[in-house]
Amino acid sequence: MRPLLVKRFTATSCIGTGVAATLETLLEQRSGLSNCEFETVEIETHIGEVAGVDDIRLPQSLQRFECRNNRLAELALLQDGFFEAVQQAASRWGRRRMGVFLGTSTAGILQTELAYRERDPSSGALPTSFEYGPTHNSFSVADYVRQRCRLEGPAVAVSCACASSAKAFGSARRMIEAGLIDAALVGGVDSLCLTTLYGFHSLQLTSPSPCRPFDAARDGISIGEAAAFALLERVPDGADSDSVLLLGIGESSDAYHISAPHPEGLGARRAMQAALAAAALEPEDIDYINLHGTGTPSNDRSESQAVTSIFGPTTPCSSTKGATGHTLGAAGALEAVISTLAIKNGLMPGGVHTRKIDPTLTAFYIKENRRASVARVLSNSFGFGGTNCSLIFGRAG
Amino acid sequence: MRLSAYISGLGVLGPGLHSWPETAAVLTGQSVYRPAATVLQMPTILAAAERRRTGRVVKLALGVALEATAQAGDDPAHLASVFSSSGADGHNCHDLCQALSLPGREISPTRFANSVHNAAAGYWSIGTGSMAESNVLCAFDASFVAGILEAFTQVAVDRVPVLLVAYDSEYPPPLHAKRPIPDAFGVALVLTPQRRASSLARVDAELTDLKFDRMADPALEALRCAFPAARSLPMLGLLAARNAGRAIIEYLDVSRIEVQIEPCI
Repeated sequence: MRPLLVKRFTATSCIGTGVAATLETLLEQRSGLSNCEFETVEIETHIGEVAGVDDIRLPQSLQRFECRNNRLAELALLQDGFFEAVQQAASRWGRRRMGVFLGTSTAGILQTELAYRERDPSSGALPTSFEYGPTHNSFSVADYVRQRCRLEGPAVAVSCACASSAKAFGSARRMIEAGLIDAALVGGVDSLCLTTLYGFHSLQLTSPSPCRPFDAARDGISIGEAAAFALLERVPDGADSDSVLLLGIGESSDAYHISAPHPEGLGARRAMQAALAAAALEPEDIDYINLHGTGTPSNDRSESQAVTSIFGPTTPCSSTKGATGHTLGAAGALEAVISTLAIKNGLMPGGVHTRKIDPTLTAFYIKENRRASVARVLSNSFGFGGTNCSLIFGRAG
Repeated sequence: MRLSAYISGLGVLGPGLHSWPETAAVLTGQSVYRPAATVLQMPTILAAAERRRTGRVVKLALGVALEATAQAGDDPAHLASVFSSSGADGHNCHDLCQALSLPGREISPTRFANSVHNAAAGYWSIGTGSMAESNVLCAFDASFVAGILEAFTQVAVDRVPVLLVAYDSEYPPPLHAKRPIPDAFGVALVLTPQRRASSLARVDAELTDLKFDRMADPALEALRCAFPAARSLPMLGLLAARNAGRAIIEYLDVSRIEVQIEPCI
């Protein structure tokens, strides 16, 4: 594929509002996870909650979009000069020539969960104030961001569970390469809700303690929330050598099970191989792998096998979900931003909370930060439905 | 910017519409359109364990996908796919929201696993053994054109055949009042970069500001308005008539898509 320039990027999660705070937390190897006190949830688990989301107010003209998910999108859009960069790109390329591609798994479904508690006792009707399209529907966040940024090109939500916002980069790449648009606002937004907290709990996939990816005693995920965005453009002639490029994307399906990964990670392997092929790179060209690394026994086992089958046991890899939690549909975009920070700052973030690495996992998992030149990073995202996506980012020069 | 592909397989299911040939007969006026509840079959490609878990929306998506791929003569196991739906499984979603509103909040793990927007794509991959890439989209009422743009760019850029499945089905009350999709409607297209023996037409698509087409027949226009995927009807009408022509399909508030059809005779 033709590489794309990551012109601007931003991320907001429990480890930081904006990239400076995010980087600082990673450098200090801190975690943003805390005991779950979200809404009325009564589950013994830890979560990655972004502080102050519900204090955010959307602009008056976009009130119908009010919900936690769009508030989180609004909060993140305003960090790191991202909104201004989008406006500059729009004046350069034209509003019709910019697309919006956002991954989400549950969008604003929390709004519907709350509305179900307010049903009319006799008719069962939902409250009249409840709006489905701008909150619950998967498209709501892409529609909000599109209207907020006044972009008029194609817009879509990608909703492939926990691979959603990694795959959003694929949709954007194809549309830029086909010549339909000149720039893409790509990313992911997913926010805390009862469906995912109680849902993963029902599958016995949530850990009672902060998640410990690749730990011998790992026992599940910690759910988080995040919004992360990138502005992608074609690589201009004479791009700065410290620019970060999207070099490769690989996608695949497991053809195995709706909620369990392939035991040997065959789909994951196929996605990583496709990303390497798209980038015309060899496994030894990758300096660091940001794993999907959810902290469930089965995910980490199959991902480790898949990674080792391609990269052997010497490529440093880690999961940043011990710090951020599993931000589900936003994870791919959040970890794309972390990969970009890794390249720009020469940082391989060590996996926090992991104490004793599972000796049966053969991938080279790092618990401590490493400071070294990082030219290329591969980032994995896998989801329910057996959907897989690997992204490769690299320094331009 | 124009995007081109050949339509080499088609599948349709909807109220009173059981297949593409039946739909084509209605669209050309050879038979009268008689709306009736959409009939959905259990997909033959799923094993017993998966069959028990699948809801209407999965039957709908897999039903049209199987018709289109059979017509195109493709082995689904090697076909890239794009699934685009305005809302996935409404009944499953209702059951989860209902359970979460009651004390105890006991929810079924199977219902939760099936609540993902990409459940139909997942069951398609499991049922066909396909490990090819599959993307799953939502653009609310614009979901059909969002799927067209994704699938056409994939054909144009990656030069691979792509299965596009656009489908919508209903929410039960009380969500139905907020999102009144009346029943189930789906359309599947196998898009190929090259012409094949099974190709119906070459399609060139581009974004436009022109006014979108409506259906002349009031019952078909009502169908077009009722389901996001049925916004495809003006294009399906040209394909059914095997006429060269142009259809303008409703997309976002700020844009439409123009498709030029050149039949393969």
